[in-house]
Amino acid sequence: MTQHQPVLSGDQIATRPRGRLLLNVPAISVLFLWSIVPLCMTLWFSFRRYNLMEPTRTGFDGWGNYRYLLSDPGLGLAIWNTIFLLASILLITIGLGTLLAILFDQDFFGRGIARVLVLSPFFVMPTVSALLWKNMILHPENGLLAFLMRSVGLKPVDWFAVAPLTSIIVIVSWQWLPFAFLTLLTAVQSLDEERKEAARMDGAGAIAMFRYIIWPHLGRAVAATTMIETIFLLGIFAEIYVTSAGGPGFASTNLSFLIYRYVLMEYDIGGAAVAGLVAVLLANLLAFFLMRSFARNLDA
Amino acid sequence: MGRLKQRATGWLRFGLITLSMCLFLGKVTESQTPVTLTVATVNNGDMTIMQRLSKVFEQQHPGIRLDWVVLEENILREKTTTDAATHGGQYDVVTIGPLEAPVWGQRGWLLPLDSRLSPAYELNDLLKPIRDGASFDGKLYALPFYAESSLTYYRKDLFARAGLVMPAQPTYSDIARFARLLNDPAQNMYGLCLRGKPGWGENMAFISTMVNTFGGRWYDEDWRPQLTSKPWHTAASLYVDLLRRYGPPGSSSNGFNESLTLFENGRCALWIDATVAAGSLFDSKESNVAGSVGFAPAPIGTTPRGTQWLWFWGLAIPAASKHADAAATFIEWATSKQYIDLVAKTSGLASVPPGTRRSTYEQPKYLAAAPFAALTYQAIMAADPLHPTQEPVPYTGVQIVVMPSFPTIGNQVGQLLAAALVGDLTVDEALGQAQAATERVDRRMGVGSNK
Amino acid sequence: MTPIELRRKTLFTLLGWAVALLLSFPLLWMVLTSFKSEAAAIARVPHLFFHPTLESFRVVQEQSNYLRFAWNSIVVSLGSTLLALLFAIPSAYTMAFSPTRRTRGTLLWMLSTKMMPSVGVLVPIYLIFRDTGLLDTRTGLLVVDAVGNLPIVIWMLYTFFKEVPREVLEAGRMDGAGPVREIYNLLLPLSLPGIVSTSLLATILAWNEAFWSLTLTAAKAAPLTAFIASFSSPQGLFYAKLSAASTMAIAPILVLGWVSQRQLVRGLTFGAVK
Repeated sequence: MTQHQPVLSGDQIATRPRGRLLLNVPAISVLFLWSIVPLCMTLWFSFRRYNLMEPTRTGFDGWGNYRYLLSDPGLGLAIWNTIFLLASILLITIGLGTLLAILFDQDFFGRGIARVLVLSPFFVMPTVSALLWKNMILHPENGLLAFLMRSVGLKPVDWFAVAPLTSIIVIVSWQWLPFAFLTLLTAVQSLDEERKEAARMDGAGAIAMFRYIIWPHLGRAVAATTMIETIFLLGIFAEIYVTSAGGPGFASTNLSFLIYRYVLMEYDIGGAAVAGLVAVLLANLLAFFLMRSFARNLDA
Repeated sequence: MGRLKQRATGWLRFGLITLSMCLFLGKVTESQTPVTLTVATVNNGDMTIMQRLSKVFEQQHPGIRLDWVVLEENILREKTTTDAATHGGQYDVVTIGPLEAPVWGQRGWLLPLDSRLSPAYELNDLLKPIRDGASFDGKLYALPFYAESSLTYYRKDLFARAGLVMPAQPTYSDIARFARLLNDPAQNMYGLCLRGKPGWGENMAFISTMVNTFGGRWYDEDWRPQLTSKPWHTAASLYVDLLRRYGPPGSSSNGFNESLTLFENGRCALWIDATVAAGSLFDSKESNVAGSVGFAPAPIGTTPRGTQWLWFWGLAIPAASKHADAAATFIEWATSKQYIDLVAKTSGLASVPPGTRRSTYEQPKYLAAAPFAALTYQAIMAADPLHPTQEPVPYTGVQIVVMPSFPTIGNQVGQLLAAALVGDLTVDEALGQAQAATERVDRRMGVGSNK
Repeated sequence: MTPIELRRKTLFTLLGWAVALLLSFPLLWMVLTSFKSEAAAIARVPHLFFHPTLESFRVVQEQSNYLRFAWNSIVVSLGSTLLALLFAIPSAYTMAFSPTRRTRGTLLWMLSTKMMPSVGVLVPIYLIFRDTGLLDTRTGLLVVDAVGNLPIVIWMLYTFFKEVPREVLEAGRMDGAGPVREIYNLLLPLSLPGIVSTSLLATILAWNEAFWSLTLTAAKAAPLTAFIASFSSPQGLFYAKLSAASTMAIAPILVLGWVSQRQLVRGLTFGAVK
């Protein structure tokens, strides 16, 4: 396939038949239904007394669910944890991903196989990777890290009790690093050699090279990675559920886990509806800011 | 270009065909024969045996086929509760405990079983505390599969080496002393293992019995939560203190299964937990300490009342099941004397599901094969879910409060005590917040207002 | 190769391999553990050399029928990918070639529908599924996964379609080809690599989806994520069994990922490469 340059710009397209626009209707309707029907039901539930365990206590509850959720001592922390998890994992994966991408842009022996190894965590389902890290790596008795610490004379640490959020960040970053690496690698590899060579001729050191040549080129890949990761990281759930169960206390409870607690541990659908609305609000706020700052980069 | 086009066409055609095949297959294989039962159960050892032996059932009843959903306890409970409460009808048989059976039965989510059983089942053979726990308003809603109470397990070899003797009825001060003397973290030997994983069925099951035996209760007679009372303070402080001094690292994530693994690997000198652990502790195939396990009744604080818990796993039929009769046939088989005999024949007498039938404990062969049997029987019969505490209470249940909002409260209190265990909160802070959390949930659920 | 170049290459080889081994170590360790006996799996000093045994795999297979779970996973992840493509291709085509002022907004709105936490809408979806008889059916799960991945699939395809030279389609239009023929005959062949890598990503995401697959299925439609849930915390020693079950659960998708990593590497450009 040869590389063509578009000869017509948007406003030059003469025909814009309705038929073509109609092709977008199925996808839009499906997504509209998928997001609006549950949202409406959630809004409705949020004003109702609705607990699965108490089928007889029903009816309109006014702001009761809202007051109840706002009195939840874990709510503020859950919102904070959601943002903190998102921000730190984004930073780690994009930061390390960039370094890895530059490393794998160099020619070395067995690069293909090494790259496969780096990518592999991305193919692992979240439950499996959480179980793996919890039991075999971080476990204070049987974990590999405990063994290493014992061998150098240290006392093993119970990671999920001492630093639950950090442990979860490590696990999730491990899973998403390959994704960031992959998008960034594609971008780094597309940087043309001549510009790098020219910069090198001008006596640019490694840092200057990164600062002025590589990093600006990565803008769009970083934007894309941030978007996709944000979508998934806002709802981190399996990793928390399997490892720390939101604890100790509420230390590692994020909004997803808080809602889970309301729905599947307390069967409090009314309260969960309000928590769900909080999550939707937060997601939309974040989406708004993200899209504001990245919109230009995202629009191909 | 032409080749590419051909390839794309091929791909697309392949895709469309595969898609329609998937949808078609989905439809065809999902339409089931009328007698396939979906059985939801826990991934415990006794249930694994049931799953294996169910082949025998299918041979005896060629018209009934069994489809198993075997899950970890918490996931199972979430799924079965959602299904029962919404009448989803996904399961024909569910595995539930003493908290669900009466509450679900009262709400009409389960079928009453008394009239569906054949006379050969011998309902009166079931142990009374268990049968009471599985009933509501005189109707039986679950057939107990196995039942358990709690015991103190200890390592006889370590006790002998240290010159210690386990009293016939240990107290918590005995336990504290033994744990202190036997704790040897340098040799990976920890004085005492206990449940620390937060949850109403995990750490709270144990802590509730501790509160009971120090004279405490969840609620007073007017349904006022008592979590800042002196017995709670004594019990929680002792619990936190013992585990932090003599417990293994990571206690706050140890539930029953994790503790069992630790004890079987010889890392715990003492362990207070379910009687049902005895079966695998004495099994030399699973346990590295099979030869040196000793056991005693659960320790007492200031009163013996309520220190042994009472739990069972029972099989029940959701009201939305479309194959209730076949389901009844199966659960009757799986909890019958014949089933117990079948397990004895295939897996050995010591592996039969314990704690449900008097006839099991009337077999001298069983008492001989299972050294823990007599004590298990005594512990179960001593547990009294109708009068669990020293002071009177408005609820039933030993380590649980039989009411629909107990999981909510138990989980939150369990989380707070886990936070106290790892040192994020002091015991006073944890109990203060636990009291506030309980009052908050009670107000919402109307606990006490209409009772 | 000059000595300096060789030294440089050796240095990067060491560094690259050190990083690769470090990152994949947990997985390698898991696979290794799945061939150990339960006692060896939990040994105080981890064994690197041991008598490999298939015992754990045997026990796992005996307790639950792996092939059935795997088949459900395959049907659901492939089916959901195809279904998502079916909706996404026309949509991405419209937005890429007939852009309007609202196109960018539409695209961003589509992405934002994925930001709602799944568990927040569990009960509405559960009730809808119950009433439509979709609980514990592969069709139901397949549809949920397809809709869940739809925004990402649309977005990726959109960025690929943008790179297709417009005059090719224009030429087709002159010949009087309708939109369907235009997509089928011209667009798809030209953007095949993009479609392949999009499908790969969607398949991986659907395979690993753990929330809906656990809550909406019971026995008949349960995929491998549910298979894992029955080994996550059983009684007794379980490290080797858990490792074996985990290895079995991720093996198919891992192999697919490895085989197709070249496409993935080329594919995840999001329009970043011109």
